[in-house]
Amino acid sequence: MLIPHPLLGLRDAQEFTYLGDAALLDRPDPADADAFADYVYLRDNPAGVHRELWFHEQGDRSWLVVTRDTVTHEILGAELARDVKLKGGAA
Amino acid sequence: MDKIIQQEAHNLSGQCHQGAMVRFSGFRVFAEAIRGHKGWRPLWRNPDPQPGYDYVIVGGGGHGLATAYYLATTFKKARIAVLEKGWLGSGNIGRNTTIIRSNYLLPGNEPFYEFSMKLWEGLEQEFNFNAMISQRGILNLCHTDAQRDAYRRRGNAMLLAGADAELLDSAQVRAMYPFLNFDDARFPIKGGLLQRRGGTARHDGVAWGYARGADMAGVDLIQNCEVTGFRMENGRVLGVETSRGYIGAGKVGVAVAGSSSRVMAGAGMRLPIESHVLQAFVSEGLKPTIDGVITFGAGHFYISQSDKGGLVFGGDPDGYNSYAQRGNLPMIEDVAESGMALMPMIGRARLLRAWGGIMDMSMDGSPIIDRTPVEGLYLNAGWCYGGFKATPASGYAFAHLLATGNPHETARAYRLDRFARGYVIDEKGVGAQPNLH
Amino acid sequence: MTRLTGGLIDRSRSLGFTFDGRSLTGHPGDTLASALLANGVRLMGRSFKYHRPRGPVGAGSEEPNALVELRSGARQEPNTRATVAELYDGLEAHSQNRIGSLRFDLLAVNDLMSPFFAAGFYYKTFMWPRAFWEKLYEPAIRRAAGLGSLSMQPDPDAYDKGFLHCDLLVIGGGASGLAAALTAARAGARVILADEDFRLGGRLLAETHPLDDAPATDWIARTEAELAALPNLRILRRTTVFGAFDHGIYGAVERIADHLPDPGRQVRQTLWRITARRAVLAAGAIERHIPFQNNDRPGIMLAGAMRAYANRWAVSPAQRVAIFTNNDDGHRTALDLAAKGVQIAAVIDPREGVRAQGDYPVIAGVVGNAKGRLGLTKIEVATRNGSRWIDCGALGVSGGWNPNVHLASHHRGRPVWDEGLQAFLPPKDGPKGLICAGAVTGQGSTGAALRSGAQAAIATLADLGITAHAPDLPRAEDAAQNLHPLWHVPGKGRAWVDFQNDVTVKDIKLAHQENMRPVEHLKRWTTLGMATDQGKTANVTALAVMSELTGKPIPETGTTIFRPPYSGVSLSVLGGGDTGAHFRPRRLTPTHASATAQGAVFTEAGPWMRAQYFPRSGETHWRETVNREVLATRKGVGICDVTTLGKIDVQGADADEFLNRVYANAMASLKVGMVRYGLMLREDGTAWDDGTCARLAETHYVVTTTTANAGPVYRHMEFARQCLWPELDVHLISTTDAWAQIAVAGPNARRLLERIVDGFDLSNAAFPFMACASLTICGGLRARLFRISFSGELAYEVAVPARYGHALMARLIEKGADLGVTPYGTEALGVMRIEKGHAAGNELNGQTTAQMLGLGRMVSTKKDSIGAVMSRREGLAAERRLLVGLQPVDVGDPVVAGAHLFTEGAPQGTDTDQGWITSACHSPHLGHAIGLGFLENGAARMGEVIVAANPLAGQSVRMRVVSPHFIDPDGGRLRD
Repeated sequence: MLIPHPLLGLRDAQEFTYLGDAALLDRPDPADADAFADYVYLRDNPAGVHRELWFHEQGDRSWLVVTRDTVTHEILGAELARDVKLKGGAA
Repeated sequence: MDKIIQQEAHNLSGQCHQGAMVRFSGFRVFAEAIRGHKGWRPLWRNPDPQPGYDYVIVGGGGHGLATAYYLATTFKKARIAVLEKGWLGSGNIGRNTTIIRSNYLLPGNEPFYEFSMKLWEGLEQEFNFNAMISQRGILNLCHTDAQRDAYRRRGNAMLLAGADAELLDSAQVRAMYPFLNFDDARFPIKGGLLQRRGGTARHDGVAWGYARGADMAGVDLIQNCEVTGFRMENGRVLGVETSRGYIGAGKVGVAVAGSSSRVMAGAGMRLPIESHVLQAFVSEGLKPTIDGVITFGAGHFYISQSDKGGLVFGGDPDGYNSYAQRGNLPMIEDVAESGMALMPMIGRARLLRAWGGIMDMSMDGSPIIDRTPVEGLYLNAGWCYGGFKATPASGYAFAHLLATGNPHETARAYRLDRFARGYVIDEKGVGAQPNLH
Repeated sequence: MTRLTGGLIDRSRSLGFTFDGRSLTGHPGDTLASALLANGVRLMGRSFKYHRPRGPVGAGSEEPNALVELRSGARQEPNTRATVAELYDGLEAHSQNRIGSLRFDLLAVNDLMSPFFAAGFYYKTFMWPRAFWEKLYEPAIRRAAGLGSLSMQPDPDAYDKGFLHCDLLVIGGGASGLAAALTAARAGARVILADEDFRLGGRLLAETHPLDDAPATDWIARTEAELAALPNLRILRRTTVFGAFDHGIYGAVERIADHLPDPGRQVRQTLWRITARRAVLAAGAIERHIPFQNNDRPGIMLAGAMRAYANRWAVSPAQRVAIFTNNDDGHRTALDLAAKGVQIAAVIDPREGVRAQGDYPVIAGVVGNAKGRLGLTKIEVATRNGSRWIDCGALGVSGGWNPNVHLASHHRGRPVWDEGLQAFLPPKDGPKGLICAGAVTGQGSTGAALRSGAQAAIATLADLGITAHAPDLPRAEDAAQNLHPLWHVPGKGRAWVDFQNDVTVKDIKLAHQENMRPVEHLKRWTTLGMATDQGKTANVTALAVMSELTGKPIPETGTTIFRPPYSGVSLSVLGGGDTGAHFRPRRLTPTHASATAQGAVFTEAGPWMRAQYFPRSGETHWRETVNREVLATRKGVGICDVTTLGKIDVQGADADEFLNRVYANAMASLKVGMVRYGLMLREDGTAWDDGTCARLAETHYVVTTTTANAGPVYRHMEFARQCLWPELDVHLISTTDAWAQIAVAGPNARRLLERIVDGFDLSNAAFPFMACASLTICGGLRARLFRISFSGELAYEVAVPARYGHALMARLIEKGADLGVTPYGTEALGVMRIEKGHAAGNELNGQTTAQMLGLGRMVSTKKDSIGAVMSRREGLAAERRLLVGLQPVDVGDPVVAGAHLFTEGAPQGTDTDQGWITSACHSPHLGHAIGLGFLENGAARMGEVIVAANPLAGQSVRMRVVSPHFIDPDGGRLRD
């Protein structure tokens, strides 16, 4: 796979480490234990478009939010996770 | 010929009564050979769905078929259907590395897998089908002292649960498998945990044995019937919407592996599961090379040789969410690299085929066999890439739950609420990240 | 000899080779199969199940029958297709899958037993008595199964891997592939042309039609010369593109030295990962046969293959041959062989009113049977007027051509049935960026293939903004096939569909009878398509037979897709060169050379090699050495390289707040110049990693991680920084490799360090326990000093730029000679931390909690941090297992990690399990074995005698529960 890094262009996915659903950006209020359990454990796990976190471990160490189709593996875009979070998170 | 086809058409329409099936035996094979195989009957019927059943099992893979089998036989239930969106056994039981073992560490797991092993040991005689269950042993290699300590803890846990285990030192491993890389290894082999009762089974044979057994016990196996949603009322499931129409159900058991999240979304549930692709591999046929199952401890690699002669091997999942049933080249290379590091004598063998399956990777690496918040709706999921060995116990425990309303004694820990409540069963100790399990 | 005239072989040179020990000769340009046929050898192998005698059925990589073991010794290569094995001088081949000789294979008895071995038979028997399966039946089956054999020796050859990039990858160097490559290369696109053969031209090499009135080889040579001169095109010969992966990445294997007698020092094969913006699949088509009774006799082959042998390799499998065809293409074989002087016994063609296209007899009918167990002698031809036997030594069969859609279906797109062509065409939803050309698309004539190759290149390059123009293509034949479908000849006896796996029409009928009708059931029940050709030669025919039985059209019966690899790829090349000791990188510490000089024994610690212990002369057991190192440290001073611990530099105005959030305990309150132990939890509340956190300045911290988690902790902290709290002003950098770090431990540690610091006050008052500082040592070398202790002794860790690590170690040894300074390794380190009761990897195994580690109070409730919320869940709060010390009641008893703990006298089982021993060692300080372990309700059980059971070794040892701090429980030594 090739990941379109927003700063570095197309990079081989082997340079990255995968984490999972970009919903992990939206860490809930620590007062809400139920929301926390959902945050840590439950996933939409869609068959289709999925926003997900990849870390450019063998590269510039950016965390990216990559939008990818889990059925075709087609990648629709990638953003810096930091930008996504600063704009209000994944939700 | 025409007469046979007519007879089959009759049989396949679902009118066939129990007992019309042929009992398999060496004598029967002999007799049929003499008369040109005219007497063999369909392994199962192709019934049309009835308007309703007491039990509807969603998913005609290994776990679903086993569930239906035990519901109908052990638990003496009737009016059971298995709904399969494709062909029977088309899920992960149709594509896996066929390993059976009960070498787990944690008390939530080990008794369950040992129960499964005991079911394997009598399975073929029970369902009258040779699934080629072969206990040629599974050897997990260790390469550090810490790994050996962990294996000792695990081996002792196995013995304490009534399973078998032996801890081998390097010399004992060498005597068993002299072709492993002992002299030039980046991570020297320091020993291994051996379970002699582990081994392999012919994966399709398991699916077919259960399917045929279930069919003989009156279960309707309905292929090309995809469940598209649930009909629910007042928090209770009434039946399932399918590509072949609505089917009413007293209880619905879902056992759809990698499709769990998709199917359960129809009941408004999010699951502690991600779907990932795992690739597996088979080499071209070779004369006997590797007797038992061997796993590498310094890279993820497991291998055995099928009775047909192909080396069957695999490694880690590709690592990203996927429903594509195919993987990518880096993992193929990684697996081959590990294989070559462990047993450099396989280099001149050729990879024949790589395939990918969708794994229901759970958040702690352990399965779920439980009721759901929807009354009458039950879930069997989260098998990660180790579901094959669990097939008998998974089916038995799920049938037990469906039939009695209570969890089977070896499956009590597989609750859906264990995540929120803090009772996870994390064999690898890697936490809530499915691709690491 | 059956050599004909012409052909693309070099008759000026002869190559000697052996087959089953028999010495034979061929010529450069030959394959092993063509050379064997030229020597009159038709029998080359045995089938998988019935051990039927077999000769080549094709002339390409899909060959199911003519498989041999090539070479000998460690280079022995099983299942090599004789049809593509390039002949070299001294080639050694052996037939395989036989007991006895190839002609008299004892396992051929299976063929006599075939009535019992019908499809699926083994699922129905061998079940009684149960024990007999593993003891008797299965071993016998395993011995008989398999094809060739491995040498069981490590592969001695070298392999390589590489990346290539291009605008256009052309897969296949036949008519359409050459046209595509020429079109694209002339347009300036970066092109890679890959072909599996050792000679470009594909099917053109096997045909006699002229291109522009000249032999096709003229056009190939001109085109090849032009392509070779272009800098923007690379030709990969002997290269199989075996897989289409995501985003335009293709896997390919170049066989660099397989055609050489000995690869010498060069790489044998290279694995290429080709990233192509676009690709043209021009892989041609594979001819299909027509099953009839005994259609597997050696000498019966595909008509197109027979023509290839005659035209390219100047060989005929016999002097008198017959053709059985349902299309015009079969007649070409008759024409070409007749032109070369081969006698055509007959062309048998079932089509109405078909006529000869040359001087050979045509019979309207079908072939119904064949004789000649070890080589064809005669065929039975059935016509409307009855049947008769015709003598011939070979039969070419053509049932039409199957487009070679393999790679186009690697993304699981389903091939599409074309009723007019009676063939499956490439799927509509094939790999993105891949388009098909030539015979893959069903355009089988040479002219159509040339045109479609050029058109494909023009169309696909237009997507990239590259304008290409069709080259002047040579005039070529454009004949239609005029195929009339005939999928098998009905009749008695066995008619083979899948040659290698011995799947016959009868087996398909039986599968139908037993309701194994979905195509995947059919394949699995009969083993159809599971052979080394992955069904390329069998699946479509089988589908057609099943379609006849079910009465449903072929596309409704099912389709089959193909999976990578296209053809077999050696595990050696997939593994590449990184095997053996090179399997993973080996990281060395800055003091590795020093440790080596001192005779250290090393151990693997993740990617690192660390000194395990330093044996001295006279020491006979590693434990003797370790005891010495421990006691020398505890009584004097010891030094140990601890560079492998992860180090992360944390800087910024919000560094304190950031660390407060990633550590369970408070870090913001840490004073400048001090160090604090830090515990990290995962977000699920489980203990994850520990280390130290040193505050060097108001906005500057240095934190350490365990060796194993250096990478993951850094990744996790970047996740926290970028994904959770990007608003914080904090920056991270991993400095693990930048600093060498050496622990100096023991009562004399201060005295030793005083000798190297540059006027730095090390007194307890000035630099107390848990202090840290930046300073200079050894006369100006910048360094960092931390007063921290893993051993439980007065101890420091001193860090210097990594390149000075070796010198620092030497200086410490030199300056501490009179203090008895002793280098110690990871074993002594481990013993001392167990004696002190410090948790390490065996305790921090990802399954334990802060509470279990006795660190529950460290999880601050005054602030939020990663994992804090989930650590308070019911299940974790209810956890009562606690880290305790354990010592044997009888001090001679062993203590082993991995033993399980039980209440004395209680039954031992899963339900009564009370915990386990995590770490154990011999304590030289105490003079007996000790251990650490997690024990149920451990806090309340100090002094209790329990049982440590190690049933793996049949051991059961009485142990006393004690504090995990075997040494200096109140920490006085640390603070002195």
